[in-house]
Amino acid sequence: MKFSDEKLKEVEQIVKRYPEGKHKSALLPVLHLAQQEFGGWLSAETMDYVADLLKLKPIEVYEVATFYSMYNLKQVGRYMFEVCQTGPCMLNGSDDIVKYIHEKLGIRPGETTEDGMFTLKTVECLGACGYAPMMQMGKHYREHLTKEKVDAIIEECRQNAASKN
Amino acid sequence: MSKKLLLDKAHVEGIRNYDVYRREGGYRSVEKALKSMTPDEVTEEVKKSGLRGRGGAGFPTGMKWGFLAKPEGVPRYLVVNADESEPGTFKDRYLMEFIPHILIEGIITSSYALGSNTSYIYIRGEYAWIVDILEQAIAEAKNNGWLGKNILGTGFDLEIYVQRGAGAYICGEETALLESLEGKRGNPRIKPPFPAVKGLWDCPTVVNNVETIAAVVPIINDGGEEYAKIGIGRSTGTKLISACGNIKKPGVYEIDMTISVEEFIYSDEYCGGVANGRKLKACIPGGSSVPILPANLLLKTAKGETRLMNYESLSDGGFATGSMMGSGGFIVLDDNQCVVKHTYTLARFYRHESCGQCSPCREGTGWMEKILLNIENGKGRKSDIDLLWDIQRKIEGNTICPLGDAAAWPVAAAIRHFRDEFEWHVENPDDCLRRNYGLANYADPLPIATPA
Repeated sequence: MKFSDEKLKEVEQIVKRYPEGKHKSALLPVLHLAQQEFGGWLSAETMDYVADLLKLKPIEVYEVATFYSMYNLKQVGRYMFEVCQTGPCMLNGSDDIVKYIHEKLGIRPGETTEDGMFTLKTVECLGACGYAPMMQMGKHYREHLTKEKVDAIIEECRQNAASKN
Repeated sequence: MSKKLLLDKAHVEGIRNYDVYRREGGYRSVEKALKSMTPDEVTEEVKKSGLRGRGGAGFPTGMKWGFLAKPEGVPRYLVVNADESEPGTFKDRYLMEFIPHILIEGIITSSYALGSNTSYIYIRGEYAWIVDILEQAIAEAKNNGWLGKNILGTGFDLEIYVQRGAGAYICGEETALLESLEGKRGNPRIKPPFPAVKGLWDCPTVVNNVETIAAVVPIINDGGEEYAKIGIGRSTGTKLISACGNIKKPGVYEIDMTISVEEFIYSDEYCGGVANGRKLKACIPGGSSVPILPANLLLKTAKGETRLMNYESLSDGGFATGSMMGSGGFIVLDDNQCVVKHTYTLARFYRHESCGQCSPCREGTGWMEKILLNIENGKGRKSDIDLLWDIQRKIEGNTICPLGDAAAWPVAAAIRHFRDEFEWHVENPDDCLRRNYGLANYADPLPIATPA
């Protein structure tokens, strides 16, 4: 396990944002990078690698990785649907969206489809309350969700995966 | 039409790009401050403006700046809080997405006032695409001489970096944010010492919300006194309100703080009324942490005066009959919504977001969530309502940071104003699974309704 040279340069750039000796600040950004590069989740091996890279004790990395909800501590599907279910989204029908995804894909929150394609996760407020119901997929938000939109997103993921395989 | 100071140009085509922003008068405040004002004069203008922190607490910004310690040879930092996570709040996102340069401009002017040569924007991790927008704006500003060494030949140096969080509401609390920026868990620190004395890496630090820093731009351009002329009393200037829930036109609105709550909800210029022809039941006017109010107390104060969209009027009556301006996250519930269920989702939110340091919050939030879920599912007992009240009382004021209060207040207010709806759930366990309680009896002067 090792970052590419290009990614190592990126790590170097991140560390430069902080004063001398304060490289621990790079931990959150570097964990994001590691999750993106090493399969969408943080294995113990990945965390140890990051600790080594940033000259931190492994425990310093574990305690951070387990605190923040965006770091996945187990393997997830290729596409993760993170559906917001807090107050304002609930008022606009987020429960129905979660239920519909379950009907379509047979997975409940926290589960991944057998083919490893989709993970469903319910999350708390993502700051898209005026555009509810919504979910995050990768880097972007999908807002004003309807059943039709969920269908289209699932189809889009399948086509996207097929074109890359 | 409210005067717009922040979003006036937000929809000019291409405003996200430097050239357009500059052509529209951008970066004037930096020129003015760096070339013709001392740092203390900039701070003085902010004091005169009456600007209050737009993140939720409403603390006077100029005063906060005035507290910044300035020991010789120790760096000082400005950290912008873009960890917008309070349910109902999405205004900072809007500002950063549509008009990112106003934030960068505000940071440069504010950093000059505070003597910060390295400033950070701490943004919630989920806003990943906004990181790209901000980094592009920073690169453009740097290429045009507004960042780097010896800016405008004045000898002032500044770099701005964007730091992404990773999913934790608590990091919006300023000391938790600093812990996170130092690469640790977001556990709030015990205060004092305050960040103004011991903040980022133990150096003097000011943490300000995105909207607060953006507001420095019009304050310096037009002068603090001009800014203070807008609004009423201690609610000066303009405020971004993010409106959501059951309204016709959810979105972000910039208001001057003189309009009434009624106008804000029903006028076509703002929310356009309650969606689907339904009636207004309740509203949380300032983000999920502030007390929910039934329609009657929302539109008029207990004294019968028209309630206005500003700090003083929204809190008129204290928690007994009032609420708070908070972050400006305006959540509207129509008469088909269930207050118990809505309160349950908020309790679940706070349980999820509690950092776990303080027992009252760590244990209490989970306990409240379970009880509320039971009541919602028709498995509650009448004594549960008193138990909920008791738990929230024991959380409030007994934690290191305000998350405990923020978790207690929504539950307290829901019981205070909607106890009959909680009791109806307990007494009608089958009915409550099939339908909602509807408009409540206290919703006078709206038509009095009995449970559906």
